[in-house]
Amino acid sequence: MWKYILKRFLLMIPTLLGVAILAFVLLRMVPGDVVEARYIGAGQGQFVDQTLMAQERVRLGLDQPLWKQFADWMWGLLRGDLGISMWTETPIVAEIRLRFALSLQLAIMATVIATVLAIPLGIIAALKQDTWVDYVVRVFSITGLAMPSFWLGILIILGFLIIFRWLPPMVYTPFWVDPWQNLLQLIWPALAVGYRYSAVATRMTRSAMLEVLREDYIRTARAKGLWLKLILVRHALKNAMLPVVTVIALEFAFLLGGLVVTEQVFNLNGLGLLFVEAVARRDYTLTQALVMLVASAYIIVNFFMDIMYAWLDPRIRYR
Amino acid sequence: MRLSNVGRITIGLLLAAALAAPVPAAAQDKPRYGGELIFPVPSEPPSYDGHREETFGLIHPWAPFYNTLLRVDPNDPSGTKPVASLAESWTIAKDDLTYTFKLHRGVKFHDGSEMTSKDIKASYDKIISPPPGVGSTRKGQYAVVEAVETPDPYTVRFRLKWPSGAFLTSLASPWNFIYKADVLAKDPHWYEKNVMGTGPFTFVEHVKGSHVVGKKNPNYWDKGKPYLDGFRALFVRDSAAQVALVRGERAHIQFRSFAAKDRDNLKAALGDKIRVQESPWDCVLLVAMNHEKKPFDDKRVRRALTLAIDRWEGSKALSQITIVKEVAGVQVPGTPYATPPDELSKLAGYWKDINASRAEAKKLLREAGVPDGFSFTFKNRGIPTPYEPLAIWLIDQWRQIGLNVKHEVIESAAYFGRVVRPGDFEVAMDFQCGYIVEPDLDLYKFVSRDKNPANYSRYTDRVLDELYDKQSRSQDPEERKKLIRAFEKRLLDEEAHYMMTLQWHRIIPHSAKVRGWQITPSHYLNNTLDVVWLAE
Repeated sequence: MWKYILKRFLLMIPTLLGVAILAFVLLRMVPGDVVEARYIGAGQGQFVDQTLMAQERVRLGLDQPLWKQFADWMWGLLRGDLGISMWTETPIVAEIRLRFALSLQLAIMATVIATVLAIPLGIIAALKQDTWVDYVVRVFSITGLAMPSFWLGILIILGFLIIFRWLPPMVYTPFWVDPWQNLLQLIWPALAVGYRYSAVATRMTRSAMLEVLREDYIRTARAKGLWLKLILVRHALKNAMLPVVTVIALEFAFLLGGLVVTEQVFNLNGLGLLFVEAVARRDYTLTQALVMLVASAYIIVNFFMDIMYAWLDPRIRYR
Repeated sequence: MRLSNVGRITIGLLLAAALAAPVPAAAQDKPRYGGELIFPVPSEPPSYDGHREETFGLIHPWAPFYNTLLRVDPNDPSGTKPVASLAESWTIAKDDLTYTFKLHRGVKFHDGSEMTSKDIKASYDKIISPPPGVGSTRKGQYAVVEAVETPDPYTVRFRLKWPSGAFLTSLASPWNFIYKADVLAKDPHWYEKNVMGTGPFTFVEHVKGSHVVGKKNPNYWDKGKPYLDGFRALFVRDSAAQVALVRGERAHIQFRSFAAKDRDNLKAALGDKIRVQESPWDCVLLVAMNHEKKPFDDKRVRRALTLAIDRWEGSKALSQITIVKEVAGVQVPGTPYATPPDELSKLAGYWKDINASRAEAKKLLREAGVPDGFSFTFKNRGIPTPYEPLAIWLIDQWRQIGLNVKHEVIESAAYFGRVVRPGDFEVAMDFQCGYIVEPDLDLYKFVSRDKNPANYSRYTDRVLDELYDKQSRSQDPEERKKLIRAFEKRLLDEEAHYMMTLQWHRIIPHSAKVRGWQITPSHYLNNTLDVVWLAE
């Protein structure tokens, strides 16, 4: 098992290198750069002379050959130095750190909500297949799949405004500073996202449970007269959890940087919005850093998922 | 008659009731001290340096920390009158080449040190002749300045190379924050990441992506101001979230603009808790016609394109769905040099009889040899409002004269740099947004390309250049008006170098508690917040 863990760690390196090369190349293929975005897009760009723009490009290292820009970046990554944002010229670590706590908390809350909803509902729907209970759960999950989370977020806000004449806080307060204010702000986007997220997991749980409940060993367990609860928890659930864990884990990784529109609707200062703005501004260094962060999140989550498979299913053993 | 005790008590109660009665509205217009003004800002600036940046995302939250040498009169709805600020008075020499300003005494920076003329000079030197590596986005506007002198600590003198009718206005630029000379001498980049001015508010904090907080400067030089205890600017990108903040009474005002439907929704929801101020906006979308590409090198074709557009009817329809409204020439309607509608309607593209206008357009196309059904591509910037509806409208209007136009949308970050600037287009949407309504700023775009590379129609017109220079140097407003009219006629009618679409329209619904703030055509003005107060 340890050999496997070591092998997986070592495999992360070429994967991340591939991601880095792709991100670097693709960004530079898109027309425009950060200097143009800053000085030409605004309506007063007519007074900006080319000398200033050339000067800015030199200052940001954009005049350097591409191979040198890539090498400098890689060397920085190896030393743990993500560089500075080309837009704000502040350390990228500071830019990300500011927003990471919120995005991580939102991702955790949404995952908890999704898991708390999805697993029980999926099990009940599987047990009560083709009854009204099953239909209600399926309608609930299909509604979640059909409804974009940002749209649900807009409805939540409008509902509060129109019915209660109240608005959730729009300025982030860290949990350790004021837990109540923090939760008051984040519970709503977490519910909006968690609901959508639970829809996928509910359907996966239901399908997986149905498959497992049809297995011979479950029939044997029933024939032996074991309690249903015991059959579900000890025999069925663990085996059914493999695909569910996969879905939940991958969604969690996505939530770290993918909630752009939800963040806009609830005015959350998160990584998703930072990501989109970095791309729109052609902030190469910040975009590259965020790509590497999200890629690392996916790789690490995948890794832990594979370890969890071994725990969930003893037949799986890595060498 | 002697009053009984009951009678005395009754009269006393009546008197007390009369004294406690609501104060008439006029009496409530006296500024009230206290309160924190909260406003969303749709954009966050990359740095804190006003001399370098171009976004309102800097002005709205950071202007309260600074003063400028002059300012635009905060009570003037046209937003065009420069008035005293750090300079308490000025004189202009008879040759119009020397401007001497007397500064207020006792003005303190937020660190307690006194502001003197050397700080004005250092700030303007940074704007006009920035040191290597320091960005100054508007230095081209001050090409007229020969030198900035400081004969004594409370006098600053600007010597000009030629007379300029716009010079005082240029000194009222909201971007020209006055910085401390000693700080600039040590590190000219310091103000990119730090704040220290003479303004009515002192800097408390900036949390990136979240908010900026300022608190009242107790030592502000303009005694009795500011009225507010502080302000909080929230960075809120989404317009629906901004509207929700105002509707939920979590924010008082948004200083850029809302759409008409947002105004209507807020009025319906909040009734008399909301006041609305509206103004024509010093922003406009223009159509650039590439003079280097046939057949747009032929002025008959360009005139035909503008004659096809029914701006008067378009204004009525488009103002319902997007942020445009007024029909305008080269100056914002309602401002000193704007052409009145009856004169404007004589220019090509502004005729009231659209049938006659389109008949003329078709005739011009025939004369120019452009066949019916001629096809070209109209390139547009990938921003939904108001680029998209305006483009659709233009294409439809051109269809009325038999032109077949393809709409190509280019992503915003690449649009100007890769398409418009290099001239990779036939006809394209261009854009201009001024920080102050001043012909020198608004007309500069239209001088010949060798003088201004931002002339994206790519023409050379020495007549226009001469008219520009003459109006810029004129000190007589009436003479200047005539020159600007001649400029406008040549630009939009005779040569049709560019086409104006419709002027943007600014709508600011705000809490009725907000007083003292006057809308102007520019969303860069009136953000110092020293005259703003919150009513009970």
